[in-house]
Amino acid sequence: MQISARPRRWHILVFLLPAFIVYSAVMILPLVETLRLSMFNTVDGHSTFVGFANFQVLFGNERWAADFWRALKNNFVFFAIHMLVQNPLGIALAAMLSIPKLRLAAFYRTAIFLPTILSFVIVGFIWKLILSPIWGITPFFMDIVGLKAFFAPWLGKPGSALITVSLISVWQNVGIPMMLIYAALLNIPDEVIEAAECDGITGWSQFWKIKLPLILPAIGMVSILTFVGNFNAFDLIYTVQGALAGPDGATDILGTLLYRTFFGFQLQLGDRSMGATIATVMFLIILAGVSLYLFGIQRRVRRYQF
Amino acid sequence: MSKARISPLRSGFVHLALAGYTVIALFPVVLTIINSLKDKNAIFRTPLALPTAETFSLIGYATVLKQGDFIGYFQNSLIVTVVSIFFALLFGAMAAFALSEYRFRGNTLMGLYLAIGIMIPIRLGTVAILQGMVAAGLVNTLTALILVYTAQGLPLAIFILSEFMRTVSDDLKNAGRIDGLSEYAIFFRLVLPLVRPAMATVAVFTMIPIWNDLWFPLILAPGEATKTVTLGSQVFIGQFVTNWNAVLAALSLAIFPVLILYVIFSRQLIRGITAGAVK
Repeated sequence: MQISARPRRWHILVFLLPAFIVYSAVMILPLVETLRLSMFNTVDGHSTFVGFANFQVLFGNERWAADFWRALKNNFVFFAIHMLVQNPLGIALAAMLSIPKLRLAAFYRTAIFLPTILSFVIVGFIWKLILSPIWGITPFFMDIVGLKAFFAPWLGKPGSALITVSLISVWQNVGIPMMLIYAALLNIPDEVIEAAECDGITGWSQFWKIKLPLILPAIGMVSILTFVGNFNAFDLIYTVQGALAGPDGATDILGTLLYRTFFGFQLQLGDRSMGATIATVMFLIILAGVSLYLFGIQRRVRRYQF
Repeated sequence: MSKARISPLRSGFVHLALAGYTVIALFPVVLTIINSLKDKNAIFRTPLALPTAETFSLIGYATVLKQGDFIGYFQNSLIVTVVSIFFALLFGAMAAFALSEYRFRGNTLMGLYLAIGIMIPIRLGTVAILQGMVAAGLVNTLTALILVYTAQGLPLAIFILSEFMRTVSDDLKNAGRIDGLSEYAIFFRLVLPLVRPAMATVAVFTMIPIWNDLWFPLILAPGEATKTVTLGSQVFIGQFVTNWNAVLAALSLAIFPVLILYVIFSRQLIRGITAGAVK
């Protein structure tokens, strides 16, 4: 922040400094320090530089590798379910809400966005109760549609727990893609739609051929927000399945693995270096995703200026 | 603006689909609240019924208020959220003003540096944040949470507010300068009042993740005296898993304040999201 030869403009410094100090001290420096710690480990009671040894342990050691690769795989499944269910659902809801002169649109919008503002803790426990075989709400509803035989304690079964937790998360977060896509749809100028109508393009084909290409940038943004949110997720799984992300680790993702590793759980002692190593891997994954978006997708998506 | 009207049949389907999803979105919340007002038998026997004169019971709320210090948790959450938002907005607006108003060397670089935090979550630095808080003796204090949340809120606040500050007229500011106002007076007395709507939007955005966060309270301030409402209800419900009245009441108590705020601010929030996405 060198200021020109004219009288020094101290006010610029005064305006910038508080934000710069808090942001650097609490966010950037700890992040850098965490990346640095991933290269160190305690040898004979001293913190020693070990290069990439921690990563080798994480990726290859029999005690760590199985947990890590499972968490990574689960995290990708978690993300895939959001991309396949949450975002298309959000787009569909937004497309319906943006129909002009639709009655009750404001009410629908407000109601569907409500779960998004609740905390993961509330959402997690509510769904745990609803899916609980003891309370019997879910079997009751399945009985009405004649599917009671298919009911199972989904959260307790290794085969279905991850999908169930992901769908709970979808239920909570669908409001975000809905709102962002809705805003993008409202932003399409009337002239474009009118021109399409003059050419006889209405209804479904209007959505696919006119609107969808115009909202692609918004869809790109929703995807990257989903990606960052999913690879940083923790609260919901911790609430619903506990720190061990049961049953039998079936719902363990990177966030819960980081928590257990760094903080320790039950008999396992907390390990600062390995915690930093996992955080670094998460950082690299998120960085790769964000870079891919910024340099690969965002630049190539055609933007239309109205 | 004449739009082709959609057929009544299609609009019927649209309403059916939207109303159907609205039910899915609201049902779990409504179910929790109505059952929190019933006695234990009614919760299991008629979970879908509204509480009647016979089944009405506040036993769950009584247990919660007796066993857990919910009032204290609320206080903690309120202090942490309000103070963090205050500092994030104040420091964020100041930095946004510097970035959008003055041309100086390193302006773009500083803007990019401050924007990193929009995409990279602060959680990834937790290992070192905890270490720093231990060294500073701030573990189990609300100050630790306030610092973290202020830093977390800053990048987005700066980004959104500097967009808005660019729209404040230069003539107005220059008129102020000619009248002898200092740069500080121009910021606090001319610019800040004009960007108040944008500040409200940022405040609402920043508030939700802070109020709902579980990660940092769990790691930085798990002590009884500093528990936030999110952590408090998490721990409380974990202990009372088998007491359904208490669990449902605790959940409802955690929902109410958010629900009330949402009813008041939903217009602001939704307008904020839709305006932000236009950029």
